[in-house]
Amino acid sequence: MRPLTLRRLVWTCAILALVLLACVVLALKLGAVPISVTDLVWNLGRIAIGQSDQLPTDYRLIVFELRLPRILLGILVGAALSVAGAGFQALLRNPLADPFVLGVSSGAAVGAIIALIAAPSMVLVTPLGAFVGAIATITAVYYLGRRDGQLDSATLLLGGVIAASFLSAVIWFLMTTLASRDLRGMPFWMMGDLSTPLPSGLRWIFTVGLLAGIGAIYTTAADLNLLVTGEREAIHLGVEVTRVKLVVYVSASLLTALAVSASGAIGYVGLLVPHAVRWLFGSDYRLLIPASALGGAIAVVLADTLARTVVAPTELPVGAMTAIAGAPLFIYLLRRRMP
Amino acid sequence: MSDRATSTETLHSGDSSSHSGRAVHLTVEQASYAYSPGPGSAPTFTLGTTSFQAHEREMVAILGPNASGKSTLLNLISGTIAPLSGRVELDGQATSSLDPRTRAQRIAMVHQESPLIFPPTAGEFVLQGRYPYGRALRLASEADVAIARGALAQLGGANLVNRPMKALSGGERQRVILARALAQQPSLLLLDEPTLHLDIGAQIELLERLRQLAEENRYIVVVVTHELALAAEFANQVVLLHQGRCLRVGTPAEVYRRELLEQVFEAPLEVELGPAGRPRVTVRVRRRHDAT
Repeated sequence: MRPLTLRRLVWTCAILALVLLACVVLALKLGAVPISVTDLVWNLGRIAIGQSDQLPTDYRLIVFELRLPRILLGILVGAALSVAGAGFQALLRNPLADPFVLGVSSGAAVGAIIALIAAPSMVLVTPLGAFVGAIATITAVYYLGRRDGQLDSATLLLGGVIAASFLSAVIWFLMTTLASRDLRGMPFWMMGDLSTPLPSGLRWIFTVGLLAGIGAIYTTAADLNLLVTGEREAIHLGVEVTRVKLVVYVSASLLTALAVSASGAIGYVGLLVPHAVRWLFGSDYRLLIPASALGGAIAVVLADTLARTVVAPTELPVGAMTAIAGAPLFIYLLRRRMP
Repeated sequence: MSDRATSTETLHSGDSSSHSGRAVHLTVEQASYAYSPGPGSAPTFTLGTTSFQAHEREMVAILGPNASGKSTLLNLISGTIAPLSGRVELDGQATSSLDPRTRAQRIAMVHQESPLIFPPTAGEFVLQGRYPYGRALRLASEADVAIARGALAQLGGANLVNRPMKALSGGERQRVILARALAQQPSLLLLDEPTLHLDIGAQIELLERLRQLAEENRYIVVVVTHELALAAEFANQVVLLHQGRCLRVGTPAEVYRRELLEQVFEAPLEVELGPAGRPRVTVRVRRRHDAT
């Protein structure tokens, strides 16, 4: 028996944090204009000793104003989507649950677009609209997925797919009829894109929201381990199931909303990353949540770097990269798990 | 009240449970319940007033055909639902008023098996029984691991510790699920149709094991079942339910009356008294050539 220890938890997260750091360096280095690692380390050292004003202007522009904000956004979005996916999987007791597959990302996108139409000048309204859209969608899909009072995993997934398809049509409709407004592009909402940095007023709000969402889900990590074995069982083992479900529903929707309003609907991250983490480190939620946050950051930073460099100087939407990796995994899991 | 001699004479009487020397006592007094689809609407199922008492080292069988209210009564005892009238108390405290954590330290429930979506190893699964005792992240202490191992060992499953749950046979999984309940160190062990998917050999083995646990760990064991013959053999006390009404409570010898059982189970039955004073139930099938 190898129960989870604090030591294993800390070491695993430390190693993943180092891998993330390496990915950040790689992402800073790679791009249409390649930059050598030596230069990068040298200039980062300059910044560390407070000599950032001595950096060459083009260098400062490419690395610190273009690539770094984009990488930081990727970290935020990847962590949010992965933890939301892990949360939905436990809550719905469905290994295939993911914010994108369940239509929650599309719901958040519709909410964000409507908010952009209604109040284009108020930056905070966009993530709020996305949050309302996400909560409404997961509630609808949850009720669509119930049969005879029980949650049926195949019906739930179908409900999600149908919701996503319907909401995509709503996005098309809104974008086509209101195309003259500044609603960002269609690929942004449908496939996800990290090239638009967060408005400076929202950066702190997003970071705090992300940490609060992940933190709130983490307070239920031990409960989720029992919830995945069955709701009745969890109740009899002392889990306050209603409270735990509420916390996870709200937090996972919040995380999805933050990610979508910042970067559009990037798919499959919430499916891909928690499964990779389970495969590597086991399915204990106390390790799975922080490891998924870090793993999600790694995955999205890498996917975006690929999206920027594969056909440079043209960029692909980052969601295309995650879908190429995620869709086959979805099919594999579907074939393996479903009778 | 009952004859324990036959089934306990070969067992050891140790005490590996956590509760102190005080005798444990379960009281169900005039308890009733009604399920309604929504507030204000008429109830779709009611469980009429039911009363019985049980002490530690006793095994109670809740017996009845489908939809007789067995699981409702079990849920009332477990405290996850509160009675509409009357009281359900464990050591003088209403089970439904206990906070979830305290309740899980005192009452363990074994359900019919739920499918596992991310199957852990048997050892990890049993460790979940220590959840009500942990703090915050509930990382397992050495004592928790020892208790989980002990629970598995007590059920003869020490060798299963590192096996994944999905690789276990039905009988082995049943043992691991029961071990998780043991790891909770409860004083009241509840089981909902535990014999449902087991073959007859495994059913007898399980019930013998439950009798042994009641004795060794000083549990009160309450089993919901519709296995008439097995309940007669193993229970100290039987609560007979039919269509939401409690028809009779007593020892198997007191409850097992042919006319009563035939009426409840709608089947022709024979009841005779066995050598240890326990009734034996057999199905009386009338073949066509018997009639002619």
